[in-house]
Amino acid sequence: MTDLSAPLVEIRNLSFARGDRMIFDGIDMDIERGKVTSIMGPSGTGKTTLLRLIGGQIKPLAGTIKVDGIEVTQLSRSALFQLRKRMGMLFQNGALLTDMNVYDNIAFPIREHTQLSENMIRTLVTMKLQVVGLRGARNLMPSELSGGMARRVAMARAIALDPMMMMYDEPFTGQDPISMGVLVRLIRELNDALGLTSIVVSHDIEEASSISDTIYLLSGGKVVAHGNADTLRESGSEWAQQFMNGLPDGPVPFHYPAPDYAEDLLSAGANK
Amino acid sequence: MLDFIQQLGRSGFDFFQRLGRASILFGHILAGVPSMILRFPLVIQQLYSVGVLSLLIVLVSGLFVGMVLGLQGYNTLVDFGAEESLGVMVSISLVTELGPVVAALLFAGRAGSALTAEIGLMKATEQLSAMEMMAIDPIRRVLTPRFFAGFISMPLLAAIFSAIGILGGHLVGVALLGVDEGAYWSQMQASVDFYDDIMNGVIKSIVFGVVVTWIAVFEGYDAIPTSEGVSRATTRTVVHSSLAILGLDFILTAIMF
Repeated sequence: MTDLSAPLVEIRNLSFARGDRMIFDGIDMDIERGKVTSIMGPSGTGKTTLLRLIGGQIKPLAGTIKVDGIEVTQLSRSALFQLRKRMGMLFQNGALLTDMNVYDNIAFPIREHTQLSENMIRTLVTMKLQVVGLRGARNLMPSELSGGMARRVAMARAIALDPMMMMYDEPFTGQDPISMGVLVRLIRELNDALGLTSIVVSHDIEEASSISDTIYLLSGGKVVAHGNADTLRESGSEWAQQFMNGLPDGPVPFHYPAPDYAEDLLSAGANK
Repeated sequence: MLDFIQQLGRSGFDFFQRLGRASILFGHILAGVPSMILRFPLVIQQLYSVGVLSLLIVLVSGLFVGMVLGLQGYNTLVDFGAEESLGVMVSISLVTELGPVVAALLFAGRAGSALTAEIGLMKATEQLSAMEMMAIDPIRRVLTPRFFAGFISMPLLAAIFSAIGILGGHLVGVALLGVDEGAYWSQMQASVDFYDDIMNGVIKSIVFGVVVTWIAVFEGYDAIPTSEGVSRATTRTVVHSSLAILGLDFILTAIMF
């Protein structure tokens, strides 16, 4: 039996490098069951990489990642596939299969993994589509959907097999205010109604903090701060202050490293 | 000089690395064949897009190649008073050589490039990653049916190419230039051997089918997932397949004839 009071995802001392660049340098993280946890940080801090590591798509350099008590980094391919059936992931642009319509996209994982009758599948797909409000769009092709709709369809597909957790990769990027609002509400409602555990990777502070129970701030390969939105806003960390309040200058400088300004100007005539 | 050697070494290294990756992928694709046979509708769908959609270009090119062969062959043979042998010349050249090779070149340009672009774009739009996260093996679901469809279609397309070419030669030689119809067909029937000519052509087209679809699916799967990466991969598919077809054609001809 798995211990239900333990975090669903436990990351310990995780390191990952891409070439010579350290993306993560010994981070620890706990994702609590039934909660919405946001992982935030500037672009290029490896937030998406973290989701891929949790999903076992890439292997870390060092450290452990446990999902529901199972060590992801040590799993064989078939065991990993078994675990992934219990995970749902929403990709940045939805990643719908472009040669199938909305209905078939959502039916896809059900058809691949179960022997259910077409009647049953139709009922399931209709229910999932109703949840995301797109029951009327079942016959549209992915190319006919707006960005927000495509993400909602992808959400319906991700919950098709009733997973225990959902991972959202930048769900709010490039959305108009209305579909942003819809997505924010859906993430929270799905989490609570289906008893999921959700991980949201984002840098939209406002939206992400409004639905998150816990926020992890990442920068330079480390967890800089974590807690709920209020504690982070009031935290003493300069970095957290800069990020949460969107200040242009601070620990992350406005200026790219350069020689002294006055010297640079005076030497303009001498050498370029 | 040292730079040149260094570069040469690096490209050699890259080449073998890619060859290694391609071989591993080939193994994975073949491993998926048993489970795919149980789900044959997936292959039928691909047979349509890989095979049936290549039919028009193969038919039209086959007809013209046959007509040119009829014309050129007649002009040469008539000098020796041997125009009755036109049927043999047209059919042997098509069945053993032009059918498999030209059909494979057309197939690489039409179906191979489309396969690479499709798989490359699926990778670029994270569809393959999404499948993996849904615990569905993209190699088995996407690559194996496409590979198998290419493997089945290529010999059939080459056969159709040869057949329509022979009709093209007939059209020019018999209907326009007045070669005796009976001689055209009977000499062909007497001289073309089923095992030595037709089967060897079929073997060639099977080999080309495997190689072209292998290159096409590998390039798509291995493409850098950006628009530039996919376009480069598509170009590479056509160039590498064409070179492979012509090189292998020489080797196979040397072995079999």
